[in-house]
Amino acid sequence: MADIHSVIGTKNKKGQTYTDTWKMMNEAPRTPSFYTGSEVIKEAVRRASCDVMIAYPITPQSEAAALIGELFAEGYIGDYFRGESEFAVMSQCAGAAFGGARVFTTTAGPGTMRAMENFPMWSGARLPIQMIVTCRGINSPLSIQPDTLEIAYLLNTGMLVWHAETAQDFFDWILKGYMVSEEPDVHLPLALCCDGFFVTHTKDVVNLTPADMCLPPYDPYRSPVPCMDMECPPVRMMRDPFVMKSNYISYATHASWQQEVWAAVERSRKHSIHWLNGLIDTENTDADIMIVASGTAVSQGREAIRLLEDEGVRCGLVKVKTLRPWPEEEIREATKNAKHIFVPEFNVTGWLAKEIKATIPNHERVHAGPHVCGGMTMPPEIIVNEIKTTLGLKKSFVMAGRGS
Amino acid sequence: MIKKRLNIRLSGLGGQGAVTAAHVLAMAANRDGKFSISNPFFGAEKRMAPAESYCRIGIERIYDRGELVFPDVIQVFHPQVITMGKSYTMPFYSGIKEGGVVIINSDQPLLSEEDVQRLKDLNVALFYIPATELAIEVAGTELSTNMAMIGAVAGITKCVSMEALDGALQERFGKKFVASGGTASLDEAIKKKFAKKEMLLAKNLATVKRGYEIASEWAEKNKVELRVGNPAVAA
Repeated sequence: MADIHSVIGTKNKKGQTYTDTWKMMNEAPRTPSFYTGSEVIKEAVRRASCDVMIAYPITPQSEAAALIGELFAEGYIGDYFRGESEFAVMSQCAGAAFGGARVFTTTAGPGTMRAMENFPMWSGARLPIQMIVTCRGINSPLSIQPDTLEIAYLLNTGMLVWHAETAQDFFDWILKGYMVSEEPDVHLPLALCCDGFFVTHTKDVVNLTPADMCLPPYDPYRSPVPCMDMECPPVRMMRDPFVMKSNYISYATHASWQQEVWAAVERSRKHSIHWLNGLIDTENTDADIMIVASGTAVSQGREAIRLLEDEGVRCGLVKVKTLRPWPEEEIREATKNAKHIFVPEFNVTGWLAKEIKATIPNHERVHAGPHVCGGMTMPPEIIVNEIKTTLGLKKSFVMAGRGS
Repeated sequence: MIKKRLNIRLSGLGGQGAVTAAHVLAMAANRDGKFSISNPFFGAEKRMAPAESYCRIGIERIYDRGELVFPDVIQVFHPQVITMGKSYTMPFYSGIKEGGVVIINSDQPLLSEEDVQRLKDLNVALFYIPATELAIEVAGTELSTNMAMIGAVAGITKCVSMEALDGALQERFGKKFVASGGTASLDEAIKKKFAKKEMLLAKNLATVKRGYEIASEWAEKNKVELRVGNPAVAA
């Protein structure tokens, strides 16, 4: 029997056709376009049937936020406004999502840190908000340059955390991200991260889906918790909240709900595998040397592999697409033949290497590096040098000046 | 020399259009059917502060991004990049590859004998072009300096065609383009210099052409050959 409630095939007020997401992403024709990452974010949101976008300026996401303002002016978004600060923005996102809206926002670096209190709250309240994080330095002295340290802080918020390599990833994952986030057995916020500037300000070829197709709208009645219901746990937050009690029921509620949030992260695994075609991508997994990376470090790793190939050194690659859910089994399997595992990262602490070390057997195989931080570039040549130095081979490049 | 990839580093000062120049070059290369990527690097935006951008053009897919540490071509948009050290490296040519080209916007030599010798040792060709003067002469505004510089690199390396540059300029300036606040206000400033948008496009293209011609002539005379292509096929 036909679903009389389905909106698939009908048009929205802009004349876009609500399209089955799988068909739109996998079967509809694609147009190659030469765009910056910020423009690509706009094009994805144009097709995302978003109800609310809330903005606050901070480099390097400001252009994307401004461009989405244009979409609002054109009538593609239900509502759009600028919050008072990142903390306010993320709180306002929560309000909109509580009210049953599909919500989109963007932030970066210090903005992510300022708003941090909201993220575990989003997860706990099961709000499928999508937040773009265009990573930049968070430390003092102040930096606007790419640095992925802020992702480490997001890993334990209960949000889904994905790390895009390119603007193409961004385009596809913004749209697919809502599909995973809004599943009733998931219903969690998504932090969709990229390295600022390297993706947002880089012009690259991106294949776009037709502009006259858009996602089916969000259906708040698929939420596993009632919308903004003051009486029903677990969203009985406002009146007589559990925080006021210190009794067995209160503790049990908190403990069980935290477990449920993380169980929901786990349940997102099957949906993420379905939509992203696996949680990782791999190349040459039979090689002795592997590079395991996420984000822009994957791109730099691909170039390093080419340089090594020219010298007759074979090297494989694991691209980690989702950090939450964490692809534990996949990484273990992909690195089982590797004697040396290199983890290049755009941050000083090497959080990805730590995650990998905690995942695989014989973790002394993991070489945490090379690292660059504070906005430095990672030329593929330094990955090559690091690999060759570790293996006791002669370095290929003299690294005078920048990047050394 | 024919290379699979040409790495171009554009060093300028905030407001000169180095970022726009890299974008236009990459857009043109893309129109020519090559692979290309462009990206900028700058601090908190302000006029006259160091600003760099990078354009990579090649015959296979390009993953590399970020600062160009080992460029084939360095373009210096302003003398202060050299004379006042407004560069992310000292000296400004650090990392340049053997057989590369340095293109400097100046009507007089700016390098010390030592620097000239070091570039000579690397077989790097050195080309001065008075890009700002050309911009004033042809377009009537120094804001078109970046156009003359685009012409210069295209004239020497033939990395993009004039036809593709024409198309890229129309794409960049012919329609509404949203960038940062600073870039948007500069766009407005240059649009006010010209009575009509068509005039802006025509004058800019003429400036590109002038830079192209002068640079082509210089490259031919000095036998400077640096091309993007398949070295295997060429050999």
